[in-house]
Amino acid sequence: MKLPLKWLKDFTDIKATPKDYADAMTMSGSKVEGIEILGEEIDKVVVGRITAIEKHPDADRLQVTLVDVGSETIQIVTGATNIKLGDLIPVALDGSSLPGGKKIKRGKLRGVESCGMMCSISELKVTKEEFPNAIEDGIFILEGDPEPGMDIKEYLGLNETVIEFEITSNRPDCFSIAGLARESAATFGVPFKKPEINVAELGDSIMGLASVEIKAPELCSRYSARIVKDVRIEPSPRWMKERLKAAGVRPINNIVDITNYVMIELGQPMHAFDLEYLKGHKIIVRSAATREKMQTLDGQDRELEASMLVIADEDRAVAVAGVMGGANSEILPDTKTILLESATFNGMSVRLTAKKLGMRTEASGRFEKGLDPENTVDAVNRAAQLIEQLGAGTVCKGIIDCYPVKAVKKTIPFKPDRINALLGTEITTSRMKEIFRPLEIEVNDAAGTVTAPTFRPDLECEADLAEEVARFYGYNNIKATLLEGRAATVGGRNWKQRIELLIRNTMLSCGLSEIYTYSFTSPKVFDMINLPPESALRNAIVIANPLGEDFSIMRTTTLPDMLEVLATNYNRRVEEARLFEVSHVYTAKQTPLTELPDEKPVLTIGMFGNVDFYEVTGVIDELLTALGIKKYEYEPVTDNPSFHPGRTAKILIGGRECGIVGEVHPVAAQKFGAAQRNYVGMIDIEPLIAGAQIKPEYKPLPKFPAVTRDIAMLVDDNVLVRQIERLIASKAGKILEEIKLFDVYKGKQVPEGKKSVAYSIIFRASDRTLTDEDVGKAMGEIVKALAQKLGAQLRE
Amino acid sequence: MRDQLNNIKLEVVKRLSEVKSLADLENVRLQFLGKKGELTAVLRGMGALTAEERPVIGQLANEVRSFVEGKLEEAVRELQNREQELKLVTEAIDVTIPGKRRMIGKKHPLSIVLDEIKDVFISMGYEIAEGPEIELDYYNFEALNIPAGHPARDTQDTFYINDKILLRTQTSPVQIRVMEQKKPPIKIICPGRVYRSDAVDATHSPIFNQVEVLVVDCGVTMGDLIGTLQLFAKSLFGENTKIRLRPHHFPFTEPSAEVDVSCWTCGGKGCRVCKNEGWIEILGAGMVHPKVLDTCGIDSTVYSGFAFGLGAERTAMGRFNIDDLRLLYENDVRFLKQF
Repeated sequence: MKLPLKWLKDFTDIKATPKDYADAMTMSGSKVEGIEILGEEIDKVVVGRITAIEKHPDADRLQVTLVDVGSETIQIVTGATNIKLGDLIPVALDGSSLPGGKKIKRGKLRGVESCGMMCSISELKVTKEEFPNAIEDGIFILEGDPEPGMDIKEYLGLNETVIEFEITSNRPDCFSIAGLARESAATFGVPFKKPEINVAELGDSIMGLASVEIKAPELCSRYSARIVKDVRIEPSPRWMKERLKAAGVRPINNIVDITNYVMIELGQPMHAFDLEYLKGHKIIVRSAATREKMQTLDGQDRELEASMLVIADEDRAVAVAGVMGGANSEILPDTKTILLESATFNGMSVRLTAKKLGMRTEASGRFEKGLDPENTVDAVNRAAQLIEQLGAGTVCKGIIDCYPVKAVKKTIPFKPDRINALLGTEITTSRMKEIFRPLEIEVNDAAGTVTAPTFRPDLECEADLAEEVARFYGYNNIKATLLEGRAATVGGRNWKQRIELLIRNTMLSCGLSEIYTYSFTSPKVFDMINLPPESALRNAIVIANPLGEDFSIMRTTTLPDMLEVLATNYNRRVEEARLFEVSHVYTAKQTPLTELPDEKPVLTIGMFGNVDFYEVTGVIDELLTALGIKKYEYEPVTDNPSFHPGRTAKILIGGRECGIVGEVHPVAAQKFGAAQRNYVGMIDIEPLIAGAQIKPEYKPLPKFPAVTRDIAMLVDDNVLVRQIERLIASKAGKILEEIKLFDVYKGKQVPEGKKSVAYSIIFRASDRTLTDEDVGKAMGEIVKALAQKLGAQLRE
Repeated sequence: MRDQLNNIKLEVVKRLSEVKSLADLENVRLQFLGKKGELTAVLRGMGALTAEERPVIGQLANEVRSFVEGKLEEAVRELQNREQELKLVTEAIDVTIPGKRRMIGKKHPLSIVLDEIKDVFISMGYEIAEGPEIELDYYNFEALNIPAGHPARDTQDTFYINDKILLRTQTSPVQIRVMEQKKPPIKIICPGRVYRSDAVDATHSPIFNQVEVLVVDCGVTMGDLIGTLQLFAKSLFGENTKIRLRPHHFPFTEPSAEVDVSCWTCGGKGCRVCKNEGWIEILGAGMVHPKVLDTCGIDSTVYSGFAFGLGAERTAMGRFNIDDLRLLYENDVRFLKQF
C-alpha cells in the first residue's frame, strides 16, 4: 500500500520527517517497506520563459536564446526546433541534476556560452500519457501559466513523498489512506479527522431509476448504489492524476479515476456500470449458473462456476462480484448514465473465485481480507461528491442501500490483569483505555468488556486486545524475563538424536564432508540408475503441483542425489570427494497416498578420486565400531543393477540387511557424467539406532604376553577372506585374541585362479603365559582345517 | 719417582686435550695404563723402594691412577657427546616442508548453524522434537488457525500430494503434535526441512531448514519471549547483539512480532550487509494463539506460551557471508572445505 504523505494530511497532521514517521509506524505495527521521494533525482530544474531567440553565429542547427528563469535571465544554446518566443519551458540550470544521474553544467557550444539546458519530457522522466500535448522529440512546452523560476517538480506534481507499507492480511482497514491515517494518529497521539462528505444531489430522485436485489446474502452483506446522470467522460484534473500516480494507480478517465480514488482513500472498491446496458435497470446479486459465460473488462472470455458470485441484470452476468466488471456494461466515452456500486462481498468467496479465474485484482485483494459493510455508504457518497466536484455528472437524489446482513460490533471481555499477565507488564487500566480510544475500541467499564469497531475483523479475543496494548505501549518496552519461577526442565537429545549425532560426528572424523541435497527429484533418475521397470523404488510419492518435472517426486533412494553431487564436483575438476549425508527417503505404504508415508532416515556415503571400495567399508567399520555394533558382515551382491556386479556388498547387521555399499555401475555413472569410479554406501539408520551399544565398559588390560604366528596360504580366487577368518576363529580355541590380515596377493609366483592370503594370528591367555605347545596345537588345528575345508596350501 | 708420578698427571691432561676421536683416546689409555704404559712402568719399579717409601709412593701411585682413569672417563663422555651432537647436526631437516595432514571432514554450514541452535536451547532445558515432512493439512494449517480459504495460505505457496496431504511449509505442525501428546510444561525446539514452492534463485529455495521454538506453561509471558530471544540472539550472533521486536501478524500467535537483530557486521551503525538499517530481520515470534492451545486440548485460560521460528539458510548465509543460497545445496567440495 502506497501512502502519499500529502494525502495523509487530509486526515491527520503528522509533523515528523518521513524517516521518523516510517520508523514510528513500523514500531507500532504498520511495517514500512520503503520511502520514495518523487522527483528525488531532479534538482535545480526550474520553469523558464524564452525572451529572445537568435541564430548561432557559427552553426546552422543551433539557436542562441535568452531565458528568464525568475531570478535572472540566462543565455542557453539549443538545437531545439519547436520553441518560440514567450514559450514556458523546463530549464536545467548550471549544476543541476536529472533522472538517471545526469548532471548539467555551463559550457560553450561552438564558441558561444550556454548556461543551462532546456529539457524534453523524457529527460524529466515524465510521459506523454501524463502530458498529452507534449512532443516526444523536442522541448517540453509547459502549459498553463507557471511563474518563471518555479521548481519544475512542483509543476510536475513531483514534490511528494510516498511511504510504502506492507499490510498484513488481518488488517483490511489499513488498505486505505483513512485506515493508515487512523493508525498514524494513534501512533503520534494527534487527532484523526475524516473530511466531511457532502453531496449536493442536484439530479432527480433515484426512485424508479434502478433496483437492487441480493439473492445470496451470505455472500453479499450489503449493496449500496447511486446513479449519476449527464456523465461527461474526460481526463481527471491534474491534482487527482498526481495523487493516483503517487499511490501507484494509472489515471484513465474521470469516472474510473474517481472509483479508484475512493478505493485508495477509504478502502472500499467500487465499480461503475453503464446503466443503459443493465437490462431492466436491475442489479441482481446471485450465484453464477454452472458454466455461465461472460467477458470481463480485460477482454477475456470467462466460464464461471456455481460457487462464484456475480452481479447480473435481468438477463446476464455483468460483473464477477468483487473481482472484475464485465465488458457488456463497461463505461465508454459516450456513457451518459452510470450506476455506482459500493458493496461488501464475502472475503473467502472472492478469494477463491479470483484464484480459480486466475485474476487477482486490486479490488479482489481488498475484498478477500473481509471489508467493513459500514463503509459502503461513505464510499459511494465520497464518489458522488468527487463527481460533483469534478463536474463529471449530475448525482441523483438518494441511495439504494440493500443491507440484509447487518454488521455486528464484536464484544470482547476486557480484563486488564490478564493482559498484563500475558505480556508480563504492569500497564494501568487507564493507559490501556488511552491506547484504545484512537483505535475506536469502546470500553464498557460496567460490563468489563470492549466493543471492537466493524472495520477491525481481527479483534476477536483477549489476546488480540493484548496486542493492541503491546504495540502502542511498545514491544521493546516490555521487560525481558526468563521464565522465572517456572519449573525447571531437563532438555537434551533423545536416543535417536544422539545416535544420529554420533553418526555424523564419526563421518566427520573419518574425513567425510557433509552435504545437503533436495528431497524431491525427477522420475528420470530411476532409468539413470538402471532400475528395472518393476523396481519398488519407482513407486514414489508424486507432488501434485511441483516446480517442474525435475522436482516432482519424493525420493525413494539417495543414490541419484549423491551421484549428482559427485558428478558436479568431478566436472568442476575437483580431484577427490569424500562425502556423506544424513537425510530421508520417502516410501508410501500404498499409492495413491491415504495415510502418511514412511520417512526413513538414511546415511549416504559417496566418494571418488584416490579411493577404493575398502575406503567406504573402512568408514562403515569405524561407524559400526563407534556404535558398538559387533555382529555385522558384508555379503557380495552381484545383481544390483545400479552397482558393479563384482564390487558390491550388502551390509548385514545381526543377519538383517541394512544397506548396500559398492562401486557405482559404470553405465549409471556415465549417465550422470560422473567419474569412472564412484563408491557409494547407503545404510538405514533405524537398525543402527536399535542396535547401538554406546556404553563403553572397562576390561582389564592383559597381564600375560601374547604369541604371534604368521601364516600365508594359497587358496582359490573365489574363496572369501571372511570364510578363511571364520574357519580360523572356529579352530583357534579360546586363546585366540586377534586375526590380522596383512596381505592379499595375486600375480607373479601365484598360479592362475589362486590368490595368496597372509595373516598374523595373535594368541593370548588371560591367566598364564602360553607355551609353544598351546600355540602349536591351535595352529595345527587351523592349518588342518584350512587345507581340508578350503583347499588351502600353506606357503613357507 | 714422586716427580715421575706428578709428571704423568700433567702429561695425561696435556695429551687428553689433543684427543679428537675414541681411537686417539684408546692410544692415550695404552700410553699410560697399558701393560707397557708409563704408569704401569712406574709401578713395576716400586720393588726398588725402601720399606718406608713404598706405602707413601704406593698411595700416590694409586691416586695418580684413579686421577688418570677419571680423566679418561670424562674424555670418553665428552667425545661421545660431541659425536652425538655431530650426528644430530647431520640429521637436520627442512621444518618448513608442509606437514602430513589428516583429512578432516567438514560439517555443512547449515549443520553448523542448526547444531549451534540446538545446543543453545538444550542448555536452557529444551528437548528436540521431530515430525513428518509429508504432513496432514490439518497439522500444517487447520490446527494452526489457518482454515481452508484463509488468505495466509496464499503467502506460503504449498506443495500438495493430495487434498489432505502436503509437504509441510513450516515445522509448526510438530508443535501441534507435541501439544496433543504432552501436558505442559513444554519446552521444545523443532528443527527440520520445510517446503514452499519458490523457484530456485540466489535467495530462494523450494526446500529449506527451519527451527521453531515452543514453550507452554502456566503464566508464560511476552517478557519471557523477549528474554529468551535476547539470550538466543547473543549466543548465536555474539554477546553485544541487540534485538528489536516489530508488531506483525501470524495466524497462530497473538501478539505476534517480527524480530530483528543488530547487524552482525557493523553492530548497528549501518552497512552494506544490513542495507544501512543497522538491523537484520531473522525471525518471527509471538504468544501462542489461544485458539491453537485450545485446539490441542490445552486450556488457554490456564496456560500460555510463546513460539518463534527462523530459517537456517538465512542465518547461515548471514553468519558466513554466503551470497548465493544455491551454494548450500550444490555441495561443491571447495565450498564445503571452507567451514
